[in-house]
Amino acid sequence: MDHKTSEQLAEEAKQLIVEYISKIDDMKPKERTHIPAQEMPSQDPLERIHNLDEVALGYTVEQARIEAMRCLQCVKKTCVDDCPVKIDIPRFINHIAHSEFENAAAVIKEASLLPAICGRVCPQEVQCQQNCTVGKALKDVDKAVAIGRLERFIADWERATGKISIPEVKPETGKKVAVVGSGPAGLVVAADCKREGHHVTVFEAFHKLGGVLRYGIPEFRLPNNIIDKEIETLSAMGVEFKTNFVVGKTRKLMDLINKDGYNAVFIGTGAGLPLFMNIEGENLVGVFSANEYLTRANLMRAFEKGKADTPIYPSKNVAVLGGGNVAMDSARMAKRLGAENVYVVYRRTEVEMPARKEEVAHAKEEGIEFYFLQNAKRILGNEKGKVRAMECLRYELGEPDNSGRRRPVVISNSEFILEVDTVIVAIGNSSNPLISQTTPEINVNKWGNILVDETQKTSVDKIFAGGDIVLGAATVILAMGEGRRAAAAINKMLTEEIEKAKAALN
Amino acid sequence: MSKILFKKQLSKDVYLMKLHAPLIAEERSAGQFIILQVDDDYGERIPLTIADANVDEGSVTIIFQVVGKSTHKLSLLNEGDNVPTLVGPLGKPTHIENFGTVVCVGGGIGVAPLHPIAQALKKAGNHVITIIGARTKELIILEDEMKSIADEFILCTDDGSYGRKALVTEPLKEICERNPKPNMVIAIGPPIMMKFCSETTRPYGVFTQVSLNTIMVDGTGMCGGCRVNVGNEVKFVCVDGPEFDGHKVDFDNMMARLNSYKEIEKELHTCYLESLIQSKESK
Repeated sequence: MDHKTSEQLAEEAKQLIVEYISKIDDMKPKERTHIPAQEMPSQDPLERIHNLDEVALGYTVEQARIEAMRCLQCVKKTCVDDCPVKIDIPRFINHIAHSEFENAAAVIKEASLLPAICGRVCPQEVQCQQNCTVGKALKDVDKAVAIGRLERFIADWERATGKISIPEVKPETGKKVAVVGSGPAGLVVAADCKREGHHVTVFEAFHKLGGVLRYGIPEFRLPNNIIDKEIETLSAMGVEFKTNFVVGKTRKLMDLINKDGYNAVFIGTGAGLPLFMNIEGENLVGVFSANEYLTRANLMRAFEKGKADTPIYPSKNVAVLGGGNVAMDSARMAKRLGAENVYVVYRRTEVEMPARKEEVAHAKEEGIEFYFLQNAKRILGNEKGKVRAMECLRYELGEPDNSGRRRPVVISNSEFILEVDTVIVAIGNSSNPLISQTTPEINVNKWGNILVDETQKTSVDKIFAGGDIVLGAATVILAMGEGRRAAAAINKMLTEEIEKAKAALN
Repeated sequence: MSKILFKKQLSKDVYLMKLHAPLIAEERSAGQFIILQVDDDYGERIPLTIADANVDEGSVTIIFQVVGKSTHKLSLLNEGDNVPTLVGPLGKPTHIENFGTVVCVGGGIGVAPLHPIAQALKKAGNHVITIIGARTKELIILEDEMKSIADEFILCTDDGSYGRKALVTEPLKEICERNPKPNMVIAIGPPIMMKFCSETTRPYGVFTQVSLNTIMVDGTGMCGGCRVNVGNEVKFVCVDGPEFDGHKVDFDNMMARLNSYKEIEKELHTCYLESLIQSKESK
């Protein structure tokens, strides 16, 4: 495997930058597109499958500056248009090119409070980088300016240099906002409402904060200390966090408003309920939802054998069903937990896979095998009720379906047996029923997703919702986008209330 | 974080603890459970049914049996110590109304979750017949408490060391044969006991409700580890249960799933016990 070490990449960049620095502001677009795209340094695949350390190591200063110089500073900023939180991308990149990292950080912070997270987990190739002029010119979206890596570079630089700025908080308004769930949507709402001077309490069902960022996304992709750091910033701003608190159960949602004096509630409880295939054998021992598998490994630390009390199922041959990021995370986690063979079984082709490209590439490097145009028909068990194999079917692509992707069509009599002892189902989630069970006043659709208007307000006054509980299973950044919108509406509502009260006094 | 207000050993491996949890005490109803962890970073999440609660004191009572590493660690905590993670009340409350005559069958540690349900049923005006059983005399818990609620009280042990020498299914069968037969049976205990109680009542068509304690991680519907086959459907014990129609539950699959980690846990527990012995020796 031609794995370039981070030292090699750093050395190459050091030599290259000398040439470009002298003409940093004088290069023609054509010249800029010829600057070599900087590869992300990463841990050696053979080593990393035995540890949980982060795979992508981050650019060096020289790499970041070279990559930043590839940006053409377009007048029509398609990258900004395609960013769900509208970061002024060319401006922060220009600062990086000129080594003005603090300024770059400030530009990002105008729009996003969680760059260390977004830079790592956003699907940039279908967002900001999708229509990048450089990528278009080079006819390869993978050659677009690596916006996500640059965003991460700045966030990491800020953290490493201890220059994380605590956003300014306006004087206390006396208004109280409850945020249900400490995942990406909730954290954004907490930050945005706190900045306006409202008292914010975040309620989290688990014993640790971060929601899916912590229980779902593995450490090797998003280290826990990064989540901790982002949350520290919120705490420093004065956001209050309550863990082990299940709104709807520990306290009814309406009681937060009627008894505890919250003036607004944001529901960001995420996509709670794992979907299964509804095939024979799915309840055999050795079949897991990706949620369970990853939660055991991530949140409950089962990876740290000997330390963690939560056990994880010992596997030799693992099949992962699905083609999204969660499927990639599960497969790579299974490998790290000691599985010898890990197969990702996906019923379409690689082109249709929703996972981030980088994750697929990393998975391949780590020896994960991909079985495209195949799917599980049933899971077979032994006399002890444990998985012994999976019967699969082959597929071919037919006409496009509603999602625009070509529909997989089963090839009849194409059954074959895959010898596995573990099956991880990563085909998505439906909505968590806890809030709708305990707060019937809130309208939901037939899948249980909360219905909201364009400001993220639910059918009940003062109650807003966003993220996966509204969208179904989506991405971190889309959840953040919804959180931002909801916070704006909450802030507007509370400001109006305050002004009304003032007017009444006069 | 939740302080242990009171601790009492009920039998060889069974402990009762009162935990300070005012919000849970206020919100909980019979049939619901909590999840706790003995260590915030590396602890396992243990689901335990709430045996009782006191709103004035702000406490919930749990009763647990030491079966592995985590419950052993819990048993080592004392009054004044803190349980770092306690969350609840989870699951759906038991549906309580005046059904008529209800037989409450509790096996071993299952008597603990049965107690608040029997209490609520009695309060709703039911004629409550209670059968409690265990392997042997010293595993019988809450005898007086259950006796004081019951209109009829039957106690049995497998080995005949106390009460009637019988499995709980024997008196249950006799009661089902009465005329009129009981309106409902609630059976809580080890899975095998709930399975055979359900089989006992099936021919008589007496609705039998069981309370399942499956493997769980989050307890809020997120992981699906607790799923069971109920009739033709897959249900999540944490959000759809914990109570289900015993005649529809696939107990064999549930028991297989409960044993998913048996070998690893045995290994973990042995290592843990060895480390305890070592640390004692080095002291």
